[in-house]
Amino acid sequence: MQRIGSKKSKLSGKTRLGSLVVLTIAALTAAACGGSASPSSSSSSAATGHPGGVFTILANSAFGVADPAQNYTLEEWQLLIDTHDGLVTFAKQGGIAGTKIVPDLATSIPAPTNGGKTYVFHIRKGIKFSNGEVLKPSDFVTTFKRQFTVPGPTSFYSGIVGASSCNTKGCDLSQGVIANNSASTLTINLTAPDPEIMDQLSLPFAMAVPGSTSLKLTGNNVPPGTGPYMWKSYNPNTEAVLVRNPYFHVWSAAAQPKGYPNEIIEKYGLQVSDEVTQVENGQADEVFDGDQIPSDQLTTLNSAQYANQVHVNTLTADWYMALNTSHAPFNNKLARQAINYAANRAAYVKIAGGSSLAVPACQILPPNFPSYKPYCPYTTGAQTVWSAPDLTKAKQLVQQSGTAGDKVVVDSTNDQVGTALAEQMVSDLNAIGYQASTQLLTASNQYPYVQNSANSATWGVAWSAWYQDYPAPSDFLNVLLGCTSIHKNSDASPNIAEFCDPAIEKLINQAESAEATNPSKAASLWTQVDHMDTQQAPWVDLYNPKQIDVLAKSVHGYQWNPQWYILIDQMWLSS
Amino acid sequence: MAAVAEQTTVIGLRPAVAGRNPWALAWRRLRRNRVALAALGVFLLIVLLSLAAPLYAHDIAHDGNVLSPNLNGTTLVNGKVTAVMQQGGGVLKLGEAPIGPTLDVRHYFLGADGIGRDVAALLLYGGRASLQIGVTSAVLCCVVATLIALIAGFFGGLIDTILSRVMDIVWAFPAYLLAICLATVLLTKSTGIQIAFLHVRAASLWTPTVIIGLIYVPYVYRPVRGQVLSVVNKEFVEAAIAQGASNVRLIFSEILPNVVSTVIVLLPLMIATTILTEAALSFLSVGVQPPNVSWGTIINNGQQLLYTRPWVSIAPGIMIVLTVLSLNVLGDGVRDALDPRAKLRVG
Repeated sequence: MQRIGSKKSKLSGKTRLGSLVVLTIAALTAAACGGSASPSSSSSSAATGHPGGVFTILANSAFGVADPAQNYTLEEWQLLIDTHDGLVTFAKQGGIAGTKIVPDLATSIPAPTNGGKTYVFHIRKGIKFSNGEVLKPSDFVTTFKRQFTVPGPTSFYSGIVGASSCNTKGCDLSQGVIANNSASTLTINLTAPDPEIMDQLSLPFAMAVPGSTSLKLTGNNVPPGTGPYMWKSYNPNTEAVLVRNPYFHVWSAAAQPKGYPNEIIEKYGLQVSDEVTQVENGQADEVFDGDQIPSDQLTTLNSAQYANQVHVNTLTADWYMALNTSHAPFNNKLARQAINYAANRAAYVKIAGGSSLAVPACQILPPNFPSYKPYCPYTTGAQTVWSAPDLTKAKQLVQQSGTAGDKVVVDSTNDQVGTALAEQMVSDLNAIGYQASTQLLTASNQYPYVQNSANSATWGVAWSAWYQDYPAPSDFLNVLLGCTSIHKNSDASPNIAEFCDPAIEKLINQAESAEATNPSKAASLWTQVDHMDTQQAPWVDLYNPKQIDVLAKSVHGYQWNPQWYILIDQMWLSS
Repeated sequence: MAAVAEQTTVIGLRPAVAGRNPWALAWRRLRRNRVALAALGVFLLIVLLSLAAPLYAHDIAHDGNVLSPNLNGTTLVNGKVTAVMQQGGGVLKLGEAPIGPTLDVRHYFLGADGIGRDVAALLLYGGRASLQIGVTSAVLCCVVATLIALIAGFFGGLIDTILSRVMDIVWAFPAYLLAICLATVLLTKSTGIQIAFLHVRAASLWTPTVIIGLIYVPYVYRPVRGQVLSVVNKEFVEAAIAQGASNVRLIFSEILPNVVSTVIVLLPLMIATTILTEAALSFLSVGVQPPNVSWGTIINNGQQLLYTRPWVSIAPGIMIVLTVLSLNVLGDGVRDALDPRAKLRVG
């Protein structure tokens, strides 16, 4: 989960930890994501491809510091999955198959023992890093230690035994991550069962680096990995270059197939409009899919000549307005429901680029997500899909709440889209009797600002967005609206609305407990939580966005993975 | 005033002119400068158009407010009901393009912006904000700078040193950087700014007005202080002192009238500068805040429409150019009219 312009945050077990600073605006559409591919997201057979050539990606800006223990952007992750491997990973395939977790450097996915707290992985033999070193189970000890000694989102692995005493000065995981090189096993001990541990181990943070890697930040030098490519160079001001790893061989086509291009180059610094023009002209192969294409250039992409070069995919993400439940008027449930009835979601969808690029939403969980069942009480007509605002009902609720005439500050980012969303929200609020105004901040400041409870008296409605880390309902329902996600006076408090309902929290706990033992019951509980949250209206959910990939005519083999998005190394170029 | 009269008598070539009120002389010179008068006319026309914004908006307002988004609205084009925002075509139907110029004054004469608002209406309302901020901040700047310059120049010594160094410190900051910093801080204060009994809301037009007015104080202070220093030891000041005039009387009755022409020359030039600054800050989203608009915010809104709807950005750009150009030309004319050396040109 990540939101535009900022790094992701993650709740692990009961402890919600840090979201980091934005590295680049290009990280816009955040790290991992899921969703269903549209008909345009073809999934060509790899058998028809041919290797060779230089695949060139154009990105508006680089992804910041490249150390994989710190970087938290989709932009680098799309490259890291081609250069590194973890114990397990999301299958490197397009479509829904890409959400399946498969063994990677481990020979299989182990069943938990010790009451769900211990996992024993058997590590594959004969695999080498790109520097020629042979992969050993002990390399993972360094990998996990680096999660804590390098400043980064350590919360993903804070459930490992010993992790609680780790910090940037040192880390002792001797009881939590135990390597047996002679037996080629790696044992991971957790302090408590975590049904999402395999999802977390599939993220690039847990990808193996050599045991000799420094425990300190390596800056822009990416440590060697085991994937089909290796990092030749990375300069945030110019480009990143990936070349073939001479030691790579395929051990699992599902986890890490061989890539097609001989070289992958990502160039930085162009305006997005220039990126699109260059790709249209065949001077480059891909517009980085996190870059936001100017709205009027979108219309040029509708031309029939680009029909096979433009791909649109639905993201499992929410764009929403958090309502400040700790201050008037939105500490009143009726007031929150009123603005939900009044919000003209059709207008917000137009701001997002129209119905081809966004779908109106009322509930927390996005479509095509585990436990999702359509539910929309804030509309006229049938209460499953949003159709139109109900201003009469909204005004009635405002009167009942006794909040009519209250002043409301709408906080958003000062970019084009953020400003437009704020202006529409102001219009919606004014239409039902509030006196609304805007407060626009830069993208890098706005997210930490609205998360910090010290600022909560200064705004009533705050724009935000969330993209899944991995396909688990808790990634939305617990991280964004759980009571344990509120961290007073912290810039890393993703429950922006400061919403805490004891009854819902109880259900969240039950759902998490049931995940390991009774998945179907857990799924049902998560659905219930989703609908209860929606009824309590801590947000005005605006829409679920879609994503555009723009490729050159010479590119073939496009596949869209719900977790990693475009699979760069699985595309090939015309000879 | 005494000094000006004295100079006029000595320098003036024709006795008939010598005894005239210097302001009348200046006005006479200005009237003869046709270029400056044309510039004044252009500026006044822009002011009148901006003031007339509600008359234009009256016909095209949706939901009673032309500044609100109108993403789902419709309008008439050639008698047909047409959506203000139009979905892209082709197979993918990507994007929502605002309607282009209809050249019909009642229906989106210059087209719509990215959120469906009438660009022509925005232009007029934007002009109000830009002119209001530009003029007010320039006046504020000149008043504050003149007061400080009078105090520094009159008292001299330590007071002059302290005030001048403070001005130097402010001047040392790049003006735009200072303005952006101040705006960023003040805009996040939802409680607004409290200056004594004055309360300014964060999103109010007064926020950029005060910021812009204050950052340019040193730019006016310097020349005015120089003028004060040149006047403060003149004989008529000494004569007033000999007659027992108080400091306040000396400053405001003897010195101020003799430096005010410098301020008047600077004023139109400062208005041009502050209008440009406001446009720049608003373009960077740290000036005028929604739902208010200014020419700078309209250009900003039009950025993403440069390929298909360039008028959204070009129209306010033209307005800024015309306004600033007219003020600069007018400023030159005023300077020529008030400059004593120009008396030689009076026929």
